[in-house]
Amino acid sequence: MTDPATLKKTALHAAHQKLGARLVEFGGWHMPVQYTGIVEEHKAVREAAGLFDISHMGEFFLSHPQAKGFLNGLLTNDVEKLSIGEGQYTLMLNEEGGVIDDLILYRLRETEYLLVVNASKIDEDRAWIQGKLKESIGGGDSFADRSFLYSALALQGPKALEIARTFFASGWTEPKRNQITNCSWNCQPILVARTGYTGEDGIELFFANEIAESFFLALLEAGKPFGLKPCGLGARDTLRLEACLPLNGNDLSAQRTPLEAGLGFFVSLTKVDPFPGKEVLEKQKIEGVKEKLIAFRLKNQGPPPRPHYHLFHDALDVGEVSSGAPSPSLGYGIGLAYVKADYAEPGTSLVLQVRGTPVQVEVVKKPFYKRQS
Amino acid sequence: MSNIPEQLRYAASHEWISVEGGIGTVGITDHAQQELSDVVYVDLPKVGAQATAGATIAVIESVKAASDIYSPVTGEVVEVNAQLVKQPELVNQDSYGAAWLYRIKVSQPAELEALKDAAGYKAQIGE
Repeated sequence: MTDPATLKKTALHAAHQKLGARLVEFGGWHMPVQYTGIVEEHKAVREAAGLFDISHMGEFFLSHPQAKGFLNGLLTNDVEKLSIGEGQYTLMLNEEGGVIDDLILYRLRETEYLLVVNASKIDEDRAWIQGKLKESIGGGDSFADRSFLYSALALQGPKALEIARTFFASGWTEPKRNQITNCSWNCQPILVARTGYTGEDGIELFFANEIAESFFLALLEAGKPFGLKPCGLGARDTLRLEACLPLNGNDLSAQRTPLEAGLGFFVSLTKVDPFPGKEVLEKQKIEGVKEKLIAFRLKNQGPPPRPHYHLFHDALDVGEVSSGAPSPSLGYGIGLAYVKADYAEPGTSLVLQVRGTPVQVEVVKKPFYKRQS
Repeated sequence: MSNIPEQLRYAASHEWISVEGGIGTVGITDHAQQELSDVVYVDLPKVGAQATAGATIAVIESVKAASDIYSPVTGEVVEVNAQLVKQPELVNQDSYGAAWLYRIKVSQPAELEALKDAAGYKAQIGE
């Protein structure tokens, strides 16, 4: 166990403790894994709404006349497609086509962008971007890592928007899917994005640390009549797994390309700008990938899959689990795994080895869970 | 605050044991089930398996992770609680009763002396 005293804390740390959360180490941060129970919180998000502290995530700002071109040469998705006030899921790759990080890029103004990156990757991402800036447009002061100034919450679930409308009242400007708007609460600016990591409709809110606790508690209170519950990283993980949203460090890594991860939709090989890893991906696209990230489920009741378990076809080791858990929504074990391309078709039967015992699984279509919309 | 019955002996790794006529009944503590939360699967030893004090004998899976369960004493497993395979949630509901894990023929009774009493376990978990 890491000594909690050495871990980074969000501005909501004291509030979590008052609410009775169980706090654990996550990516160098002391974060709530659950308040009342993972299953209960998971179901709250599927049936009503949940509120997550995501302040550990990083917020980078880039403001430069040539920002668009720079970002198109840095990230896999096509920045040309982004209108002002829109966001897109995108990836930042190394020269070998491996994933440094997956992130959401928002275009705030004509030439100003916000990048929301993974907590555990803030330092690595910043160093990589600053290095690339130096090589291209320079402009050291056009880039700012404001992660330590910002707090963030994710309000997710079928009741999320209704709660937000009631809570913000006249300060509300509703973003459409993937849009970001400027809202206000008690005369304080709140950036609101219609994005999330749960498979439900919902929003992510970015605001100053100074108002974090009062904002969090007020929103929680306002959401109570709608069934809103504070939720921890435990439920966040099972929710995102059911929705087949990848987790960097588990399902993405410096050794895996977005094509292997099944994220080709977020990679533009047609844009003119060369980005790190583009040549590797072009080659991979022509030759086909050798391994693919697939979704699988247990055929019967049994032990849940966990990362690093191996998958077999007859006696042949065909892959390794990258994420796995019992699915609270579905009631059986589910997982994501990298398997040899020959065994990646939905319907393929494989055997999962769990502590020496074979468990029957089946490759299924992604995602496991899709909301009714 | 968790429930810590006076009449049981406790291992530092959060298992309890009660012994009657040389047969020990083993389970996990209320504190442990709270820490695990939402138990979804229990992997029990086979009847006849040899357990060694301090070695892994079972696995309890919660939503979040698989956790090893260590035998508090050495001996032969003589009975396992098959009900837990069908109802793993019993571990959360009744960890000192219906959710006993296995029964063991205690071969080295002296090992029981090395286990904690209720007060010792209470102090360990800081309650």
